[in-house]
Amino acid sequence: MIVKRVIAVIRPEKLEDVKSALEEKGYFAMTVHEVKGRGAQKGICLQYRGKQIKVDMIPKTEIEMVVGDEDVRPIIDLIRKNARTGKFGDGKIFVSPVEIVAGIRTDEEIVS
Amino acid sequence: MALDTGDTAFIIICTALVMLMTPGVGLFYGGMVRKKNIISMIAMSFIAFAIVSIQWVLFGYSLSFGTDIGGFIGGLNFLGLQGVGLDGEGIPDMLFMVFQLVFAGVTLAILTSGVAGRIKLSSFIVLGLLWTTLVYDPLAHWAWGGGWAGELGALDFAGGTVVHISSGFGALALAMVIGNRAGFGKYSMEAENISTTLLGGALLWFGWFGFNAGSALAADGLAVNALVVTNISAAAGAITWMLAAWIKGKPSSLGMISGAVAGLVAITPASGFVGPMSAILIGGFAGVLCFSALLFRERRGLDESLDAWAVHGMGGFWGAIATGIFASAAIGGVDGLIYGNVNQFLIQVLDASVAMIYAFVVTFILAKIVDKVMGLRVTEEEEYVGLDISQHGESTTA
Repeated sequence: MIVKRVIAVIRPEKLEDVKSALEEKGYFAMTVHEVKGRGAQKGICLQYRGKQIKVDMIPKTEIEMVVGDEDVRPIIDLIRKNARTGKFGDGKIFVSPVEIVAGIRTDEEIVS
Repeated sequence: MALDTGDTAFIIICTALVMLMTPGVGLFYGGMVRKKNIISMIAMSFIAFAIVSIQWVLFGYSLSFGTDIGGFIGGLNFLGLQGVGLDGEGIPDMLFMVFQLVFAGVTLAILTSGVAGRIKLSSFIVLGLLWTTLVYDPLAHWAWGGGWAGELGALDFAGGTVVHISSGFGALALAMVIGNRAGFGKYSMEAENISTTLLGGALLWFGWFGFNAGSALAADGLAVNALVVTNISAAAGAITWMLAAWIKGKPSSLGMISGAVAGLVAITPASGFVGPMSAILIGGFAGVLCFSALLFRERRGLDESLDAWAVHGMGGFWGAIATGIFASAAIGGVDGLIYGNVNQFLIQVLDASVAMIYAFVVTFILAKIVDKVMGLRVTEEEEYVGLDISQHGESTTA
């Protein structure tokens, strides 16, 4: 079995929508982090009478899930659908391989 | 009557107690907004207090307590505090002036409920100045400064119409002009820091002893009555709101403290006129009424964000009416409905209704004007990053 880690950085206010959409399709397990970051739009620029105030670390929510290879595509689609506003700052999804998944209570181990 | 040192000492302390209510409102509200707006919420209360402190000594006190003009507003004879001296009847005139100043300050702080997380600070300052001058000052004059309501015999011991109906219905009008917060109703805007709100609520309850007892303007039995009924009403409100919330789910601490504030609001106009058993009924009913008002507001999808309307507006309205129902001549010299005085009840209904309509309509007009001239609301991006950063350049999280 090939195991993948999906990391989605999304707008904090979209977390509830994304979470419940994933849960509805049976993707329950996840770790959620509150993070701050900046992306392609280089933060948000606020103008004050000629003076610029740059807010470049914007609060985001990061969802981390470890899933089988076959679940990656539907998860990406679900997150896209539920986290999108169409404006800058909607976020990104990263997928990477996981070598070992080892349960702590159980001795279960999955080696990719 | 000469100066009384006991009375003077007492009112100085009460003034300080009431001042603490303004940052109390800030903390109470600050804990209920999202993390990105908490500094803005607390700061607006402090700013309100600072603005009103200057407005009041320049002309606000004169408009409220100067020589009556047509029952509507005070004259300009106390402009810049000229003629307000350090002697007086019982307490120095200057002390009465500053005791009234702290009331005006906390009232503007309550008004910030309607614009939480979306108002431009500059517009709030301008609007706050106009509001205090054109809404608060006339209402204070009507009740206490020789205006029509006082002349008619309307009872408002510590400011049910002046402070609570005005700020509550003003906040409702403001919320309607400025519009809902982005995402309101679409995603969760739960209170971010309940413990901050509880601290703010505690300071309000504490400060309210000065608010109501001090309104006796003397360290006497009437002040003691006000202190006692204030505590009873707050406790009754805390319990009934908590029970009502319990029936619907959990006995939330936010509901408990909101109920306490509802009880405090409702007893405010009545605290010099009713006894302890009436205070249980007034506070207890306020808890249920204000909670229902909050649910009604939510059903209507109206973002009067921190419920100044439900708690102060409706609680203040009930308190004004309740004064007309439960007033006892044995305490404050006037009987209410339960002692057969229908007339007093009708006066209270009239006074509260006029205050409500005046506060709502004038606030609505002022907000529209400020919106047209300088814009009330921050930009979408500023609202998104939060007012802490966009208005103050500060953040609790960085």
